Amino acid sequence: MLKILKYSIYDLLRSRWSYVYFIFYLMLSFSLFFLNNDIDKAIITLMNVIVVLTPLIGTIFGVMYYYSSKEFTELLLAQPIKRSKIFMGQYIGISLSLTLSLVLGIGIPFVIYGLFKSAAVFDFTLLLVVGAFLNFIFVALAYNIALSINNKIKGFGYAILMWLTFAVIYDAVFMGLLIHYNDYPLDQFTLIATMLNPIDLSRILILLKLDASALLGYTGAFLQSFYGTSMGLIVSLSALSMWIVLPILRMRSKLKKKDF
Amino acid sequence: MKIVFLLFLLMQFSANATTFTVCKTCKINSIKKAVSLAEDGDKIIVKKGVYKEFNIQVSKAIQIIGEDYPILDGQNKSESIFAIKADNFSIEGFKFRNVGISYTKEIAAIFVSGSTNFTLSNNQLEDVFYGFIVQDCKYGLLQNNTVVGHAIKESNSGNGFHLWKCKHIRIEHNTVSGMRDGIYLEFVNKSSISHNTSFDNVRYGLHFMFSNNNEYHHNEFKANGAGVAVMFSKFIKMHHNTFHFNWGPASYGLLLKEIYDAEIVDNVFEQNTIGINIDGCNRINYKNNHFIRNGWALKFIGGCYTNVFEFNNFQHNAFDLSYNSRLNDNRFEANYWSEYSGYDLDKNGIGDVPHRPVKLFSYIVNQTPQTLVLLRSLFVDIINFSEKVSPVFTPDNLLDTKPLMKPINSIVE
Repeated sequence: MLKILKYSIYDLLRSRWSYVYFIFYLMLSFSLFFLNNDIDKAIITLMNVIVVLTPLIGTIFGVMYYYSSKEFTELLLAQPIKRSKIFMGQYIGISLSLTLSLVLGIGIPFVIYGLFKSAAVFDFTLLLVVGAFLNFIFVALAYNIALSINNKIKGFGYAILMWLTFAVIYDAVFMGLLIHYNDYPLDQFTLIATMLNPIDLSRILILLKLDASALLGYTGAFLQSFYGTSMGLIVSLSALSMWIVLPILRMRSKLKKKDF
Repeated sequence: MKIVFLLFLLMQFSANATTFTVCKTCKINSIKKAVSLAEDGDKIIVKKGVYKEFNIQVSKAIQIIGEDYPILDGQNKSESIFAIKADNFSIEGFKFRNVGISYTKEIAAIFVSGSTNFTLSNNQLEDVFYGFIVQDCKYGLLQNNTVVGHAIKESNSGNGFHLWKCKHIRIEHNTVSGMRDGIYLEFVNKSSISHNTSFDNVRYGLHFMFSNNNEYHHNEFKANGAGVAVMFSKFIKMHHNTFHFNWGPASYGLLLKEIYDAEIVDNVFEQNTIGINIDGCNRINYKNNHFIRNGWALKFIGGCYTNVFEFNNFQHNAFDLSYNSRLNDNRFEANYWSEYSGYDLDKNGIGDVPHRPVKLFSYIVNQTPQTLVLLRSLFVDIINFSEKVSPVFTPDNLLDTKPLMKPINSIVE
């Protein structure tokens, strides 16, 4: 598995995309730190970008990589290697290289601007952790889709739809429900609904850490009382982990039955 | 009026004033004794030391001066340390501590009632129930006092400065923290409150009720439980104040309720949950204020008519404006909005396209507060954009027709 992992990473590093991705983040965060001196503000803007863009890029990369390396994968499958090892190797390879681009792309400007001494280090670390989680989650989801659908175009379509669902449609439905059931106590519902969407969960985790929590007023009070504690952080990080584990389990069971 | 008082003072100086000295080893070793011996116009000097006295009744025009901050310890008894009913007196340079809590009486370090022309200055108060209670008084000056409390609950704490039914009072250069309300005024008219610092109080930094024709300026209100509240008052001038870091579920920089004909000029509102909460206020001019990084810069509740907002800076607030109705009778003109995305082709510093400060999301949050959890999500950005293009839910005449391209002059200290 390690060999395949290594191969995938090399393969991705050779293709220019991870560099483009890396340079994009590098320039984005450099310009952000350059343009405003306020780190909190810069982190919020970075969060906006990361929460939307990381899942999108993870999804597209995952699907693209699966389809383009399909022939080579089939060749590997003919060898005496376990199926799960091949695919896990590829999956971890993609996720790792994406995470590397993200961490370096944002981390380098952060270090250069000498922000390690500032109080923002914890928020920043959280941002990176959340970004990494989102990469792993969405590549896993994308692999699931790609494994289930042989048609490339259809696969892409579903992958984009999946991203759209989490990024936009879910929130639209969520908001609709909140408005419609305005008269009922919605605290528990809100808490669970945010847990069920990795993008929402990441967004709220970061927002609550960046003072904006108080802005949430009464609504924020109960969110803060849950997410603000270390217990809440553990629960939400494990919720994010479940979003990685469950797709991987499905991937494995799918692999057992799939006829290549 | 002032001339009359000067004459009064002159008369006092011309009279043969005696000076009494109080110290632990002197013949007069308690303030109570000195007060009983003194006549109108006399002076009492208290030397350094700890005086465990309370309920010192003063009804004469005397000066009581502490040297090197003698300590007056109330021993947590349910009595005020000074209870004063006199004209032309002054108390300065004392350290007050340990005034007990009472649920039936209003007790304070210095309790003044029915007095005219007095000065309370340079006193330091610590762990007092109420700091100063001034009621039914005229022409008083409270300056350079420091009040420090350790209040936790509203129900068993008192106010730093508590004024009731007064006229022409000046509260200047004081610092108050950790009390219930920093400064509380009820039925106080024609008074001025300036250069004070009020922070970390459990409820309000400054609390106005039914007090007309007052002015407050150059004050700083920081991290109070619920900011500053100005209620049911007319003709108030507020300028050069700073309201900041009033964060929390119920916090605002400034709460205005039923305020008519006020001027709010040159204030700074920074990092408050709500910059100004405007509830049923009419004919107020807002000019040259800075709203920086608040949750809501302005939040309107109830009917607010003919208010004018000119030359204000709205910078990086999560919501610049929250509006509760579709009817608008307030004027927004020539403000700077950091959210403004228009252009200025003729380079005259005024944007060519009007700015709509109310976002759809702020309207939705107003209706359903829970939806605030969706703050900064992509979906919210999308609906805000579509509402901006064609307003349906937000009042369509609520716009700034002359948005400025650059922020107005930077914050003046």
